[in-house]
Amino acid sequence: MSDVLKFITCGSVDDGKSTLIGRMLHDSHMIFDDQVKELEVSSKKFGTTGEAIDFALLVDGLAAEREQGITIDVAYRYFKTDKRRFIVADTPGHIQYTRNMATAASTAELAVILVDARQGILPQTKRHSYVVSMLGVRNVIVAINKMDLVDYDQGVFDQISAEYKAFAKDLGFASIDLIPVSALKGDNICDQSPDMPWYTGHSLFGALETAEISKAALVDKAFRMPVQMVTRPNLDFRGFAGTIAAGSVSVGQKLVALPSGKTSHVKSIVTYEAEHDAAETGQAVTITLQDEIDISRGDLLSCAEEPCGIADVFRCKILWMADDAMVAGRQYIFKSSVSEQVCTIEKPKHLIDIETLQHVAGERLELNDIGVCELYLNKRCAYEAYGDNRALGSFILIDRHTNQTVGMGMIEHEMRRSTNVHHQDLTITREKRADMKGQKPSVVWMTGLSGAGKSTIANALEKKLFAADYHTIVLDGDNIRRGINIDLGFTDQDRAENIRRIAEIAKLMMDAGLIVVVSFISPFEAERNMAKEIIGAENFVEVHIDTPLELAEKRDVKGLYKKARAGKIPNFTGIGSPYEIPENPDVRVKTQDRAPEECADDVLSVLAERHILPRGI
Amino acid sequence: MTKTHLDTLENEAIHIFREAAEQADNPVMLYSIGKDSSVLLHLALKAFYPAVPPFPLLHVDTRWKFKEMIAFRDRRAKETGMELVVHINPEGIEQNIGPITHGSSVHTDVMKTQSLKQALDKYGYDLAFGGARRDEEKSRAKERVFSFRDKNHGWDPKNQRPEPWNIYNSRKNKGESVRVFPLSNWTELDIWEYIKRENIDLVPLYFAEERPVIERDGMLLMVDDERLEVQPDEPVENRMIRFRTLGCYPLTGAIESDAANLDDIVAEMKNVTTSERSGRAIDQDSNASMEKKKREGYF
Repeated sequence: MSDVLKFITCGSVDDGKSTLIGRMLHDSHMIFDDQVKELEVSSKKFGTTGEAIDFALLVDGLAAEREQGITIDVAYRYFKTDKRRFIVADTPGHIQYTRNMATAASTAELAVILVDARQGILPQTKRHSYVVSMLGVRNVIVAINKMDLVDYDQGVFDQISAEYKAFAKDLGFASIDLIPVSALKGDNICDQSPDMPWYTGHSLFGALETAEISKAALVDKAFRMPVQMVTRPNLDFRGFAGTIAAGSVSVGQKLVALPSGKTSHVKSIVTYEAEHDAAETGQAVTITLQDEIDISRGDLLSCAEEPCGIADVFRCKILWMADDAMVAGRQYIFKSSVSEQVCTIEKPKHLIDIETLQHVAGERLELNDIGVCELYLNKRCAYEAYGDNRALGSFILIDRHTNQTVGMGMIEHEMRRSTNVHHQDLTITREKRADMKGQKPSVVWMTGLSGAGKSTIANALEKKLFAADYHTIVLDGDNIRRGINIDLGFTDQDRAENIRRIAEIAKLMMDAGLIVVVSFISPFEAERNMAKEIIGAENFVEVHIDTPLELAEKRDVKGLYKKARAGKIPNFTGIGSPYEIPENPDVRVKTQDRAPEECADDVLSVLAERHILPRGI
Repeated sequence: MTKTHLDTLENEAIHIFREAAEQADNPVMLYSIGKDSSVLLHLALKAFYPAVPPFPLLHVDTRWKFKEMIAFRDRRAKETGMELVVHINPEGIEQNIGPITHGSSVHTDVMKTQSLKQALDKYGYDLAFGGARRDEEKSRAKERVFSFRDKNHGWDPKNQRPEPWNIYNSRKNKGESVRVFPLSNWTELDIWEYIKRENIDLVPLYFAEERPVIERDGMLLMVDDERLEVQPDEPVENRMIRFRTLGCYPLTGAIESDAANLDDIVAEMKNVTTSERSGRAIDQDSNASMEKKKREGYF
């Protein structure tokens, strides 16, 4: 049995979670005298319980929470009884804080789900039960609270119990304990309640103290350890430090480093205290090997006989945690215990309606949505399915621009597709074609508002290059959208895909030896960065056609601004959809009161500086 | 091998230390000389063994720490072989800021909050380890292990990064920084039990001894030097006292105790009825005072 039980409390708003935790802390004597005194003062000021002490104020620690009387963020509390120590995460009930609740559930071993006896099972009860199950919690206690307000009626308890069991039968819980309680009055929290003689099961503390956590026995599985760092205090010592994620390891054992596949044997297992013969799951150790093989942070040391999988395409479940929806095709940072690299995610296969548990069709993931998606990595990485090992099957997604954590994901299985398509190496290289043409093939990427003058300047630029015998092509936004990208609209997601295709096409043409001039609104920094990465920074010239919105709108050559202002074009850049001004373009071209030829010269001088035009102009 | 809860906490802290240090450009460890800092230092030594931790210790000195603390600090830095950086706010020296003349809140703001910001900016540290625990105080209970700070070192409690599993996102833009708290999940009792198990060296002030004290504003203050300006109606008495936390001596209340060794202290801790910060003047200013200070950049 674990000596520390990590659990979360969850449930709908006003089910009394914070009150319950306050009550547990109080009844297990974890609240100090000075805190009770402070509590009495705050209860009078903020409390919702009249003259009585408001236990919820013990846990709602942020000023905004106390003022609004709600829980916003996860609070961690620590208490113990004679039998066990507990770490409890109190999680917010409001629907907009589902992500906070999922965060707390990711490390929990048990969940206490509160239900208000007067309300019964609410949508949020179901949501939370599903999230808890998805994150791998297998033991659940359902505390049916506020029994004092329904006259301690057994009929109410029985009905809610039956309803919950019916709902939860497909969630894969190993145990479900149902307990009638009153957190406010203390019924069935510590001791049996005299008001509910019909209930003969455990009190809440009793259930928590005796819960058998059916942890997947990680320690009996094959050895896995993500390498956190390489320790090299001197020339004679080269150790690989990490926390063992599964199994055990002993001196002499054969290990394989993944993804490289190189093998060696364990020479020593070192900690500050001593050298050890063996170590097991959960221990933070440093391992040295008999052979000098190249291992660095992000590699996985694995039992050589049973190595874990390596892949670069995964089917996974993603919970989206940001206000801005997930954009399929956009690049995000994928961070797991073994890897931190760029990934792209495809449109969801389906979303999960977590009240009905049904699969529903959906194009995008909004805040708090859960979807099943395919995820593509740039490099292969070691993994295990989340169901087999939380540590090797979990990852977070980070926005490249804001650095915010925007999603959390669980790997279900790898997709084989990628391993069957191999990159073809070609003998006639880009360099050889460039030599033949006497130019450095590259992509000139013009970004700017609609009506900024991109196409006009691109045309002027191409005329000058053509006159000097350079081989060029212009890819124009409007033309491409009428052709290869005719299936795409103007949502964020479609804009990202639009750019991805343009970038790939531009790259092909560049590989053919051309100087490619792309004239595209491309309003988002993230997508411009993606294009830069596809094409390669050394071949990419970013040109910002800098025309103020007022001027572009005044010109309004195509009459689009007028339509957009009239509400006839949703998502129009500059009006209904933002334009993110490039922070560091290679050149910023001012167009106000200047001729297109003059503007094109600005670009030409940058091309000359970058040695793209070796024969001059 | 049976693992105890202290092993679990220790392994978690070591994991956090390694993750953070690997991802930072210029990390530092805040060292405040107290028991939590002593545990933090011990864990840092373990996490990087056999190498020396790859960061310096930073002490933000207020000039009002107990003399024994300063002596202890210098000795430990020497013993561990780690670089010690001491920063005192030069403006505070110039204006001769102190807790008695200026009050606890001005003193703390100038000599701790502002001074810490100065030090972090001066040396360009982008990640700072701290010994804060979630059980210390209500707003701490909501703080992440990797706590993100903006360019002004401010903390935005309503916009914290979600932190699922033990995958920590320390990515940041230039000028922004991260505070990392490896002891987040430890309680005060865990700290003492661990100190006992690992035989960790502490400032002697934690152990009961007869020391000269006066009573002022309901607190027992130790007469550490003449700057306390003992008044005629404040008789100096020798009493058996010790400290549960250590800070600036005029702001840190002693408790009467006979606990002269770790066994006694752990036994005393198990029966204690007041929280450890009850002895600190800084937390009693206003109800949400710690959250306010943290928003402004306090550690």
